[in-house]
Parts: sequence; structure tokens; C-alpha cells
Amino acid sequence: MRDLRVALAQIRPRLGDVAHNLAIHLDYADRAVKAGCDVVVFPEQSLTGYFLSDLVAEVAVPRDDDSLQPILDASRDIDIVFGFIERTADHRFVPAAACASGGRLLHVHQKVYLVTYGLFDEARDLAAGRHVRAFDSAHGRQAMLICEDLWHPTSAALAAADGADVIFGLSSSPGRGVGGGASELGSAETWHALNRLYAQMLVCYMVHVNRVGFEDGVNFWGGSEVVAPDGTCLARAPNFEEALVVADLPDSRLRRQRTRLPLRRDENLELVSREFARIAGERRDGIDN
Amino acid sequence: MASTTETSLQNRARHGLQLDTALAEQVLVRFIADAISKFGFTRAVVATSGGIDSALTCALAARALGPTNVLALMLPYRTGNPASRGDAETLVQALGVESHVIDVSQAVDGYLEELDDDTTPVRRGNVMARTRMIATYDQSEAFDALVAGTSNKTELLLGYGTLHGDMASAVNPIGDLYKTQVRQLAVALDLPSAILDKPPSADLWEGQSDEDELGFTYGVADEVLYLLVDEWHTPDEIVAGGYDADLVTEIRRRVQQTQFKRRPPVIAKLSDRTIDRDFRYPRDWGR
Repeated sequence: MRDLRVALAQIRPRLGDVAHNLAIHLDYADRAVKAGCDVVVFPEQSLTGYFLSDLVAEVAVPRDDDSLQPILDASRDIDIVFGFIERTADHRFVPAAACASGGRLLHVHQKVYLVTYGLFDEARDLAAGRHVRAFDSAHGRQAMLICEDLWHPTSAALAAADGADVIFGLSSSPGRGVGGGASELGSAETWHALNRLYAQMLVCYMVHVNRVGFEDGVNFWGGSEVVAPDGTCLARAPNFEEALVVADLPDSRLRRQRTRLPLRRDENLELVSREFARIAGERRDGIDN
Repeated sequence: MASTTETSLQNRARHGLQLDTALAEQVLVRFIADAISKFGFTRAVVATSGGIDSALTCALAARALGPTNVLALMLPYRTGNPASRGDAETLVQALGVESHVIDVSQAVDGYLEELDDDTTPVRRGNVMARTRMIATYDQSEAFDALVAGTSNKTELLLGYGTLHGDMASAVNPIGDLYKTQVRQLAVALDLPSAILDKPPSADLWEGQSDEDELGFTYGVADEVLYLLVDEWHTPDEIVAGGYDADLVTEIRRRVQQTQFKRRPPVIAKLSDRTIDRDFRYPRDWGR
């Protein structure tokens, strides 16, 4: 990868107010350009807000919609990774992360794991994506994953196996868990552990951007961070506050850690894919184990 | 799987109920500021009884909005405990919030005198609670404020409150805190000791005590509720963990029996899109 300067845009979107949120995107992108960044990363559903329910149908747009043009225009100066709801040609609504670069959409990732339990109800309103793919930008090979995707370690493993040196995780993670003698929110603790685990064991940079603010009494805790391949947290945004945090991701750090710990070189994709295929086949054929 | 021992289940409940008070304060103060300002307001009204729940809501609101943007409304009834009024005034002094006293005795008695039948203590208590609600909402208009609620998670789950009375509010910062957690946070915020130390009472009639009326203590109720609600334990597991079977049954019954109090009024479905059933928009729509 090329040395990368990344801006974490820890914003507070307004629920269902795309025009307002678009203005926030352009402001943060502009500030990131002034800070000399190569890419600015926004949270999940950064253009729309999160707990949309029936608002989904009103805010979803095709990926080539004119309303995204201001972001494409701004992407001539900086790569912009952002979240929106994609309306597909056959009228499904899919939570998506897009990377805009050089005036066009370089790649779109559709969330593969919808979250429908506890306080979440995504599968009522949304459809899931079917692919995990890394993509090449001018700065190297990257991947985008969205929130619940990363609660399935296989998604991160696929992104890494597909060659991503940097994984952008876009989240709208509600803060919960203030009991049991914890010193930080239960959800924050879990995310920091996940980011560190993926960075270290997949030997890549993890860039996790979470939003802040409240929706219907639910708080989003922020705490966006960059974790280096050796597990060091390079930068972390404050909890609960809007912030633009800049971090440098040098290739040398990746090279040295891959040299020390050649886990990627030794990953046995043939073994993994063969065993997963066997297990999936047995599940399909109804063999319990 | 190894069976859960008596000690470990009770210890887990007690441990789980231990609040990170600094973190909870941070979230709740931000919540109040957000929920009030989102709807174009800067102020809150809190019906302040001198009890710990309304004291905590008042203290959190004062931190979130600034003391002069909080109106502590004292609404005594003639048979109320005079000490309650004194405790509320101590709180107002300590927090530096605005305050206003309106005696609701005439309003309550005026209504009750119109009735032919004999009322019960519960009915009279409900009339008092709902009269206070009228005063609180009226004053919220006069003070250009939203009503901040004072029902905690224990009361809400047990249905131990008056619907459209003390349960009525626009924003409730303490509804996800069990009674014992309310106390922990109130201690952490250094609320007046008279408020922290007295036994919980709705003060709807002389000598009323929540715990006498409920038939169990908040301490044990919170542990059982925590295990049932937060930890998804079955009643059988909780009894096996050392809690009294009748108590667990009674708490479980109360939660189920009072579910209607925690929901908006039920709407008879006729159309394709019925409000709150399949017409689902967030409260913070566009905010």
C-alpha cells in the first residue's frame, strides 16, 4: 500500500434529513482535505441516520442518483467513504458503503449481515448484500464492511483474504451496558477488542468509524479509531463528541509486521474453502452436528 | 453445563446492578440536552416531591440545561408529609434550580367532593397524581419547557405508578435505571442526605411506604427483575438460585399484568397502515 493519511469523520447525522447530512459530509471532507488527508471515512448510514423504519423508502436512492453528485464532485480532492441506503433497480433497499474517488464511485459494499435482534429491526425494512470484495484505490487495496458485518469474523477474514491492507468499518453502534462495574460502555469494549483482534490477526489496518448523537433515546458512542497491524491504537476519537481525527497509516508499519508475523502468507485458503463448502453442504442436506 | 449456585446468581445480580455512575451521568446529561433541544426547547419542568427519583431527574436536568433552565415544581396536598416539602426545598437550594409551589388540595378535593360514592385510597391517590400531571403540563407551557419524567425502571416494570399521572412525561432520563441504581447515581451526584436516607414513599396517604405496599423490598425486586429482564433467566432458574418462589411469581405476574401501562393505547386495526403497527416512523423523524 501507499502511505495513507486518513480522516475519521465522527459525525452526528440528522435522522432522515439527507440535505443536512450531505452538507456535513462536504464540510468534513473539506476539513480533511485541508489536513492533507487522502481519504475521509464516515459512519454507517451517514447520509440518512440510522433508526429509519418506514423512512427507509423515502431516503433510499440508486447509487447513480443525482443527489450524490456533490460527494462525487468533492471526491476529486479526496477519497470519500460514506454510508447510505441504496435502492436497487428491482426496488430493494440495501444499506451500503460507498467509496467515491476522482469524481466517481469506485466501489460499493452492500451490508451482508443485517441485524434483527434486541433493539435492531433491520430485516423488516432492508435487504442484505451478497458479496464481500476488496477493491483497489490509488492508495492500495482496501475493503469496506458495515457494523454487523464485523460481528461475523468471517467477513473481516474474507476482506483480508481478498487482499485488503486497510479495512474501513462503518458503524452506527448504540452505547449500552453501564452496569457490572464496567469502566466503559459494554458495546465500546467489544468494538475495541474486535478492531484490535482483526488488525493483529489479519495483519492489516483497521479503520473503524462510529457516529455520535441520539435517536429516540438511543445514544451512539463514537470512539472511532485506527488500529495498526501490530495492535497499537494509532488514533481514537472521543466518546460521544463530534470529531474529525487524522491518522497516518504508513506502509512500513504493515511491511514490518507482515515480516514479523507472516500469518497472511500462511493462510490456507484451499483448506478453509474446502471445509466451509463441506459444512455448508451438510447444513443444506440437514445433517445436524 | 455446571449448575449455577445460589451465591453466584445472587452475586451476579448484585454485580450487574452496580452502575458505572460517571458513565451513566455522562450519557443521561447528554440525553436530556439532546432530547430537549431537538424539539426546540431549552428548559425542563420536573414535578419534585422530595423523593429520590424526582431529585435525581432534577439534578441531571440542572447539569444538562443549567440550573436556571430547570423548574422544580412542588405540588403538595394537604395530607402530605411536611418533611417531603422541606426535602424538596433543600434540593432546590442545593441545585440552584428555579422552583414554584402550587398546592393541589383544592383542585383534588373539589373533584372528590363532586363524587357520590366512597372512593378508595388508590382512587384518591390516582386523582392526586393526575391533578399533579395537569399542573406540571400547565406549568411546562408557562415555563416554555418539556416535562422531564421521574419513573424508574423498577416502577415501570412493576406498573407501580399512575398512568397519565406520575408516569406522564415528554422525556424520561431515569426510566432505564432500577431503583437501587437511582440511589447509586443520586449518591454519586451528592444529593442531600435527607433525600438519600428516607424510605421510598409515593406519599399519597399518611405513612404510605412503597415497600410495605408492594410487599417486598426494592433491593430484592431489582435483583429478580434484573435476572428476568436483563439476563433472560427463567423464573425457575431464579428460584433455584435462592430467591423465594412466591416472590418471583408475584414479580413476574406484576410485570405481565401491567404491560398495557408501558404501551400506547391499543388501536383497532382496519387499514393497511395502522399507527405504531405498520406505520412506523421514529420519534426523532427529521431531527
